[in-house]
Amino acid sequence: MVDYQELGLKVGLEIHQQLDTNKLFCSCPSEMVDEIGKELVRFLRPTASELGEVDKAALMEARKGLHFKYQCPQKSSCLVEMDEEPPQGPDPNAMELALKMAMMVNASVVDEVHFMRKIVIDGSNTSGFQRTGLIATDGELVIDGNRIGISPICLEEDAGRKVESKGKEKTYRLDRLGIPLIELATGPDIKTPEEAKHVAQYIGGLLRATRSVKRGIGTIREDVNISIAEGARVEIKGVQELKMLPTYIENEVERQLMLIEKMRSLKDREAKVSGKVYHLTDLFKECSSKIVKSSLKNGKGVYGIKLKGFNGTLRGEEGKALLGPELAAYAKTAGVGGIFHSDELPAYGIESVECEAVVNELDMEGEDAFVLVVDEEKRAKDALEQVKIRAILAMKGVPEETRNAVEDGSTVFLRPISGGARMYPETDIPPYPINPGYLEGLELPETPDEKIKRFKKEYGLNKQQSGQLFRKGYDLLFEDMMKEGIDPSIASNMLLHTYPELSKEGYEPDDLLDEVVKEVLTRVKNGEFAKEGIPKVLGLILEGNSVDESISKAGLEVVDDHEVRNVIKTIIENRKDFVQERGMGAMGPLMGVVMKEFRGKVDGKKLSGILKEEIEKWCS
Amino acid sequence: MGKDVLEAQTIFKPLRVSQSDMMQKVPLTDVSIGDKIKVEKEGREYTGILMPTHRFSGDRIITLKLDNGYNIGLKVTDEERVVLLEKGGDIERKSVDLPSINEDLPKISILATGGTIASYVDYRTGAVHPAQTEDDMIYSNPELAQRCFPSVEVLFSKLSEDIEPNEWILIADSIIKEFQAGAEGVVVAHGTDTMGYTSAALSFLLDDLPGPVVLVGSQRSSDRPSSDANLNLLAAVEVAKSDISGVYVVMHENLDDNRCSIHMGTKVRKMHTSRRDSFKSVNKEPVGWVDPEERIVKVEGVPCRNKKEPKRIGCINGDVSMIYVHPGMDEGLLLNGSEGVVLVGTGLGHVPTRVISTVKELIDEGVPVVVTSQCLHGTVNCNVYSSGRMLAEVGVIPGKDMLPETALVKLMWALTLDDKVEDIMETNVAGEFSERRW
Ligand SMILES: [Zn+2]
Repeated sequence: MVDYQELGLKVGLEIHQQLDTNKLFCSCPSEMVDEIGKELVRFLRPTASELGEVDKAALMEARKGLHFKYQCPQKSSCLVEMDEEPPQGPDPNAMELALKMAMMVNASVVDEVHFMRKIVIDGSNTSGFQRTGLIATDGELVIDGNRIGISPICLEEDAGRKVESKGKEKTYRLDRLGIPLIELATGPDIKTPEEAKHVAQYIGGLLRATRSVKRGIGTIREDVNISIAEGARVEIKGVQELKMLPTYIENEVERQLMLIEKMRSLKDREAKVSGKVYHLTDLFKECSSKIVKSSLKNGKGVYGIKLKGFNGTLRGEEGKALLGPELAAYAKTAGVGGIFHSDELPAYGIESVECEAVVNELDMEGEDAFVLVVDEEKRAKDALEQVKIRAILAMKGVPEETRNAVEDGSTVFLRPISGGARMYPETDIPPYPINPGYLEGLELPETPDEKIKRFKKEYGLNKQQSGQLFRKGYDLLFEDMMKEGIDPSIASNMLLHTYPELSKEGYEPDDLLDEVVKEVLTRVKNGEFAKEGIPKVLGLILEGNSVDESISKAGLEVVDDHEVRNVIKTIIENRKDFVQERGMGAMGPLMGVVMKEFRGKVDGKKLSGILKEEIEKWCS
Repeated sequence: MGKDVLEAQTIFKPLRVSQSDMMQKVPLTDVSIGDKIKVEKEGREYTGILMPTHRFSGDRIITLKLDNGYNIGLKVTDEERVVLLEKGGDIERKSVDLPSINEDLPKISILATGGTIASYVDYRTGAVHPAQTEDDMIYSNPELAQRCFPSVEVLFSKLSEDIEPNEWILIADSIIKEFQAGAEGVVVAHGTDTMGYTSAALSFLLDDLPGPVVLVGSQRSSDRPSSDANLNLLAAVEVAKSDISGVYVVMHENLDDNRCSIHMGTKVRKMHTSRRDSFKSVNKEPVGWVDPEERIVKVEGVPCRNKKEPKRIGCINGDVSMIYVHPGMDEGLLLNGSEGVVLVGTGLGHVPTRVISTVKELIDEGVPVVVTSQCLHGTVNCNVYSSGRMLAEVGVIPGKDMLPETALVKLMWALTLDDKVEDIMETNVAGEFSERRW
């Protein structure tokens, strides 16, 4: 068990939530579509003045020399998204939501919102910048008894949706571009991976309470800032699955610990990164590796560098990833496919003969390592320059960087962390004044604490149930069900117990549409089938059946009271000796028999009522 | 209250001075733009750098750049305390190494007249400044140095809507000077709103051009990485280097950033308020296209580069009015004292029948009247309908398939020549009309 307190773990979240309004700066609907629409080809070009600011991130992006293809579906993009028309003023509904959120986290709202341009030249914004405005600062929440600072609160436009990346061409669809996002950043006040999840759940609940945010995968995204005392701030972008949040944090802590350990051993060995790039193609003329063979045939070459003192730091036992992937990620920014290094060779068809030849050529000693790149000369040399940069950083510990979240809980290097200087005013949008009177008139939804208390009181749930409904994001659905007169314990039982059971069986209960679930419980309420049949019915619906089909396939058609009574009478008749002997004591055992007959079709309580009546009748 | 604590009054005294760019400065006595200040407001503190106040900001709002890079607007009244934390330096442009100039490359003159094409951005304030020197231009477009030996001159720096007809003469004369000084081609960086007017004017004013004159602009501001300014400028330079002569407009061909169209100076019109491909040739195909990345220029049916001595013919008489014909129009508008009138008629070149007597009155007074069509596409023809025939009978000059703006400029020019205006208007001087259309 890792002691995060001792490591000085600090985590801050940046939560981006899509709003269910029109787009922020035009009148397009905020809708993702399958339509491709017309396609545009564009370049983005940071001007000298931007690079004059010595922005590492912008430089690295620009060096890739990419061009971008934009798909412009007519249904959800217009000339504004294509950057062919100036933006309109911010959507008033989106603005109202952002202000509500600011008030809900007790933040101070500015007097005028000034939208800014944040330079983003990875192509995800047609303009080359993302428009963003700071709405409020200095908010705070108390979650699980800990104070979590919330600042700033911003309203910004979502980026285009990446569809494809092929060579030097990246394709984006503009349906997502311009969808309003509320961004809430917490302070670095979170101390454990689990706490991060709680904070995200809590803030997610606040956002949902406005009832005007988008739901579903990809509509809420978290960036996570992570550091430990001896490490550095690393930003992980684009975590979509809330439950994975602790995993990303745990893995990043592990990665930083690894980097710190390697830094120490490199220091002990007096590791050095030599400047020389060796041309090694001649040593690989006889190489049987397919990659090497075909590359050499295409006029490419093998280039390498020596990393003095790096032996064993690139890859650990049983293939454990150490510095190797870190070096490879930097090399890839130069456009190469990857690297080969001495800790993993011989392998991939490169044999010990070649490795030994390289060791000789590079004049290596026992603790030294080498890195090879097979590509065109210029690209290979650029890549090896990047490897050197990363290797030098490895001797200093953990570099500050931005990494992309991968679904499996790992992360990959994206770029060095971007500085705060990449913003300048959006001159196409006038300042947006916030009138204090307007703020006072805003109607705020209740806080999570108030809601949990109210659930307890109004619906007779216990504290744990109400809390779980909120944390799992079912609070709104639950409340809707209550409005339709559905029994609170049936509803909470379904959401909190049946759902997890269905998940265990491999279903995805969260895919069920709110309307469908409400329909199912309404049928139960109307006595069309008994609550015991709910799991089976939901399972059938998730297999693609309609509500009617599911009820019928589950064999749960209504049995009328008359028939029930007749069957029960027969059951008693068939066991009359037993009933005679036990009297009302026969109730328990007989109930088992009755349930077997009617499970899911007739409510258990009702069955026991009828059974009791009939036994009484029989006995008297 | 210490010496470094300022009253709101101080910050806002005197309140605003207007300036030409979007951002205006707040003149302060003790605090200046760029200073680090702290504002204490309703129990909270805001620390940041004081930025120029936005022109559209509300009363007593200051703009503060916070440490996280965001600007916010804060109202500062007598209630708030403002503390000066640190004097800031002047907001200066970062010095950037400019590429060296290679004098062996073709010499291309770039004449800047204003517009975003010839501007650079101050990224701290977002303000766009006009390029003043060669360095400013190369600073924003370092690739220029690899393609030509650029010589940049700033003639003036105006929004194109502020350019007056007499300035066309200044531009024309400067172009002649540049060719005389050995330029292989001249690029005129221009605001887009009236670029078509200027290109038409230069087409008429300049004669015996030895090489190309290329007007170029930018539709999407140069303060965005997606600006069309750079591609258009490089395309214009490629055309200016090519083996043609004459006056052209070079702008984006479509919404892709790959090709630019080459338009004849008299047949081109801005047809969209904002799109990067808003310039279109009307009643004629573009004369060619250019791929600036691959450095390919393809043209057809245009004059070649030559050894002629360029000269200016005529001058410009700005006293010509253009009247847009519409139902309910006031015929009195025609009697405005201009020395020439261009009617932008309906359909084939018509005006309401009741207006014709006023047109006759004008022509009888010796004021030439040219009729063009608000259809833009197609030619004027006064022989088909009676109102057209009546116009022809009173002596209106048919503008054929000339753009109304081109007809206006041509008339301004024709009025300064010795020949009969009617004869000049009916002569195809610079490809302004064509006999065949399809
Ligand atoms: Zn739109």
